Amino acid sequence: MSAISREDLVHLARLAHIEMGDAELDKMTGELGVIVDAIASVSEVASSDIPATSHPIPLNNVFREDVVGQTLSIDEVLLNAPDSDSDRFKVPAILDGE
Amino acid sequence: MANYTDELVDFDVALEKYDPVLGFEVHVELNTKTKMFSDAPNAFGDAPNTNVTPVDLGLPGVLPTVNKTAVEYSILIGLALNCQIAEKCGFARKNYFYPDTPKNFQTSQYDDPIAHDGYLDIELEDGEVFRVEIERAHMEEDAGKLTHMGGAAGRIQGADYSLVDYNRAGVPLVEIVTKPIVGAGKRAPELARAYVAAIREIVKNLGVSDAKMERGNVRCDANVSLMPKGAEKFGTRTETKNVNSLRAVEHAVRFEIERHAAVLESGQSILQETRHWHEDTRSTTSGRPKSDADDYRYFPEPDLVPIVTTAEWIEELRARLPEPPSERRKRLKAEWGYADKEFRDVVNAGVLDEIEATIAAGASAAVARKWWMGEIARLAKAADKEIAALGVTPQTIVELDSLINAKKINDKIARQVLEYVLAGEGTPSEIVEKRSLAVVNDEGALGKAVDDAIAAMPDVVEKIKGGKLQAIGALMGPVMKATRGQADAGRVREIVMEKLGL
Repeated sequence: MSAISREDLVHLARLAHIEMGDAELDKMTGELGVIVDAIASVSEVASSDIPATSHPIPLNNVFREDVVGQTLSIDEVLLNAPDSDSDRFKVPAILDGE
Repeated sequence: MANYTDELVDFDVALEKYDPVLGFEVHVELNTKTKMFSDAPNAFGDAPNTNVTPVDLGLPGVLPTVNKTAVEYSILIGLALNCQIAEKCGFARKNYFYPDTPKNFQTSQYDDPIAHDGYLDIELEDGEVFRVEIERAHMEEDAGKLTHMGGAAGRIQGADYSLVDYNRAGVPLVEIVTKPIVGAGKRAPELARAYVAAIREIVKNLGVSDAKMERGNVRCDANVSLMPKGAEKFGTRTETKNVNSLRAVEHAVRFEIERHAAVLESGQSILQETRHWHEDTRSTTSGRPKSDADDYRYFPEPDLVPIVTTAEWIEELRARLPEPPSERRKRLKAEWGYADKEFRDVVNAGVLDEIEATIAAGASAAVARKWWMGEIARLAKAADKEIAALGVTPQTIVELDSLINAKKINDKIARQVLEYVLAGEGTPSEIVEKRSLAVVNDEGALGKAVDDAIAAMPDVVEKIKGGKLQAIGALMGPVMKATRGQADAGRVREIVMEKLGL
């Protein structure tokens, strides 16, 4: 049984700022459910004495020294900006809640 | 929805019925040379978007790299807050959509902060010590800076659009979170201020942050809730954002206590929400409700590997810890022999370092305090500057003091000389020389000035002869005038006594 309900998907879509129609929601609820179920099968083989990991290679402490490197030019920074105003990105005013 | 009343209950009345519970999240910007996950400069005040790399913009295919110095600074903060340092910890993505982060997530730490379970003993003004438990201190990155255009005065309300500068995006932050603070009672606002002041002092003392609140190097979110006196179950809390001065922290906590009490007294309940602090009106307004908007879907950052701390590494860092500010204060107070109030005033004026340096340069503790808390404080106030920002050097104080001791100048002249020093005229000795300010020690000139004064004020002379010695003060004016203020008052007094045969 899928762990993803239609309500979950509506919630996720809103969080991800993705607009989804009814048909899409129906279709994706099923598809996402299959994916979640497939991944859940991992827990069948993972025993409690194996700590969860997010990295396949046992690698720790990869650090960078605190030395300044190359930065982008203003033109490069703003190259992909949909809109800008001299040296800054221009974005629609988005209310923080309210 | 929402609260619904702008009423406040008087602070003392509120505290008769309710116990406040506090909690703080303090963000500290580290002063590393580069950002947390990129080698862009970490600098304040540069032209917009000049300190930006592809990593900071979250461009596809980039790989963040962890700044080792930032990790070490974070551990230093943890150690200074008496925390346990995690043997192993990692980074996580905190997902949200807002233009201040071009990546659509903030790289932070989630369930394995680098430091946890510490405490900080906070000394209140009267010397009472209050222990604040630290839940965690974790590493993360700062967001870019939005400037809202159109609408009223840069406020987001009514803004037409926003301009974004990503120079600050990625600057290393340590977020310090307290456990709920219970039992502060009436002293809650004072404790709030003292706590944030202590954090600021510690990170400054460690040298890991510039710790300037006016630049946002140290920022505080203050959580406040009330529960009926004697209750154990906490009330609903609000989180006041944008409280970015010590005074504001104190006022915001006080305001929220008064507001919560009013809401509760009217029979309503507190809505769990963020509040915005407004310095101009010294009040908070409703922000957004805590809701599923806070569903940040944290997950482990796949691009960064875990950090493992060895005992060796931690001890090496512990050895770098400077003397804690609270212990240093205790030591200095004992060394200098100041009374409680004298020392408190010195601390509050923020001139510990200056006085310490002045004493080290050769002045006595009393002389150092006299100058820094007296004339220099007065000049700073007149110039509307911090005392330390006035630029008086310890050497200047020592030189002025030795000129006074050598009776070359008196206190009054010394204060004038200080002003000339600040005006850039040279060292005190040079100025005394150049402006011919040395006290008149010429007995002949002094004697004549005294004679003139005695001749001009026969009634005063009668009083002095009749035993009213304090009347000598009346002769001092004309003598000082005649010598342009450069006579030594003690010597003038002696001469007067001699001349009058007393």
